[in-house]
Amino acid sequence: MSAPVLELRGLSKAFRVRHGFMGRETREIRAVNDVSLTIGRGEVYGLAGESGSGKSTIARMIMGLTEPTAGTILIDGAPVAHAGQRPVQMVFQNPGASLNPRRTVAQSITVPLAVQGVGAADSAARVAELLEMVELPRHFAGRYPHELSGGQKQRVAIARALATTPKLLILDEPTSALDVSVQAKVMDLLADLGRDLGLTYLFISHDLSLMRNFADRVGILYLGRIVETGTADQVFAAPSHAYSRLLIASVPVMSEDEARARPTIPLIDGEIPTAEALVAHEAKQLSQGSKA
Amino acid sequence: MTAPLLSIRGLKVRFTAYGQVNEVLHGVDLDVPARGNVALVGESGSGKSVTMKAIMGLLRTPPAEITGGQILFRGQDLLTMRERERLKLRGTAMSMVFQDPMSSLNPVFTIRDQLATILKYADRRLGRDRSRAQRLARVHEVLAQVRMREPEQVAAAFPIMLSGGMRQRVLIAMALLSEPELLIADEPGTALDVTTQAQILKLLKDLVAERGLALLMITHNLGVVRETADRVYVMNKGTIVESATTGAIFAHPREEYTRDLMAAVPRLTGGHRYGTQGGRA
Repeated sequence: MSAPVLELRGLSKAFRVRHGFMGRETREIRAVNDVSLTIGRGEVYGLAGESGSGKSTIARMIMGLTEPTAGTILIDGAPVAHAGQRPVQMVFQNPGASLNPRRTVAQSITVPLAVQGVGAADSAARVAELLEMVELPRHFAGRYPHELSGGQKQRVAIARALATTPKLLILDEPTSALDVSVQAKVMDLLADLGRDLGLTYLFISHDLSLMRNFADRVGILYLGRIVETGTADQVFAAPSHAYSRLLIASVPVMSEDEARARPTIPLIDGEIPTAEALVAHEAKQLSQGSKA
Repeated sequence: MTAPLLSIRGLKVRFTAYGQVNEVLHGVDLDVPARGNVALVGESGSGKSVTMKAIMGLLRTPPAEITGGQILFRGQDLLTMRERERLKLRGTAMSMVFQDPMSSLNPVFTIRDQLATILKYADRRLGRDRSRAQRLARVHEVLAQVRMREPEQVAAAFPIMLSGGMRQRVLIAMALLSEPELLIADEPGTALDVTTQAQILKLLKDLVAERGLALLMITHNLGVVRETADRVYVMNKGTIVESATTGAIFAHPREEYTRDLMAAVPRLTGGHRYGTQGGRA
């Protein structure tokens, strides 16, 4: 069997933050804590978690934008190279911010090609090919971001990420800035591209309904740790960790069927508990159960 | 039958920019009954925010101009009312919960100071007489109403010391200060994590049930609508395309636009894998 496209072994990142009087004391915050996962070729791995769970820090470490404190990142079974030479690309959340407003579509797409040393003549053909892949007309090559809609901009960002034929594509909330009707089309495109080109995705999102319909396997991240992992079907049908259950139970849904399929969360003092409260509550019940 | 608390009839708004005139609302009709729980849902550019701003009197004129229609609140037309009269309603009988808890709070004043100041001016507009001690008591009272466990401590805090969910609660408390009859919530919980959003939506629902206020919620999230509202207005391109009770619209959406919108939302139970082949239609 071939090596997985991505393997994380015990990946950790701690930040030192200053606090106290005049910031004289420092404290360590473990943004990512001993995360291990593997993503096979052609697989879509969904990483779900709320703000502060560490999902963006993991993406940044894989990209080489942040140095891990501990652990290793293997791509195709080999330790990763210097940041600029990793066969990994990323599609960011807000295409309005991730595209340079002063560059045309073609210029934006050719930046990663130039870094790889592809000549100008070759790159023009490649731009046309990439635009076709993301289902944009060829003449969009000369347009500026402000002439495009949000969905079109995100298609350009996807084309740019595909330009260097990366082994792994990190999708960081790729549709959270888009309307739902546009979101559906961009997600369809990503799924089609994934199948046609055999792409491997790390899909980061807080939208669990979206993840359910896109990811093959899912990892639930809570306070820097993966608290639950499994196939999307397993995790959504029978989440085992208290936090996963709270997260899935909190999703506003469209139908009775979905509402019934959601886990039920005990109300604490008549209110929906916070994650900390629920995790503490379950731990307490567990210890009481073991004593009994 | 009693008249609705808020009734919008044939509202038309146009914007003028660089000599170009654009009508963005083409005759909007919308009713919020007393103690009603109504959602206005639409995608970006549908006109839902312009509708909300027109109700609250927050449209900047120019470039915006209300060219027709009525906005009746308790039977009085807000659009023909004298400015002084309208100011007496705004922030008191009808108040608003803003979307972004961080940019709606002043970072250099405590929660107590900000809420007490708002109450002071509301009291002044309405000619109410209240001592500072009474105002502070009211501030603590509304913070307790939004389920803050330690209202005094929250009141003494600066915005940065609170979590996103707590800040959103403070904004709701702020809107409740003068016992409004109508609460307008702009994308409540959108800036928050999903677990926190669920708590905020439950709070808004509880407030409607317990305090007898009416809620008009403006949102793009159909799931949020289904979980919170009793009645839904679907808006597209400056027009209300469909309105019905929440149960009816989710069971049998009549208009094609509504059906398409609903079909685009992914389901938590799966079954609609993305991709154009072998997946979604």
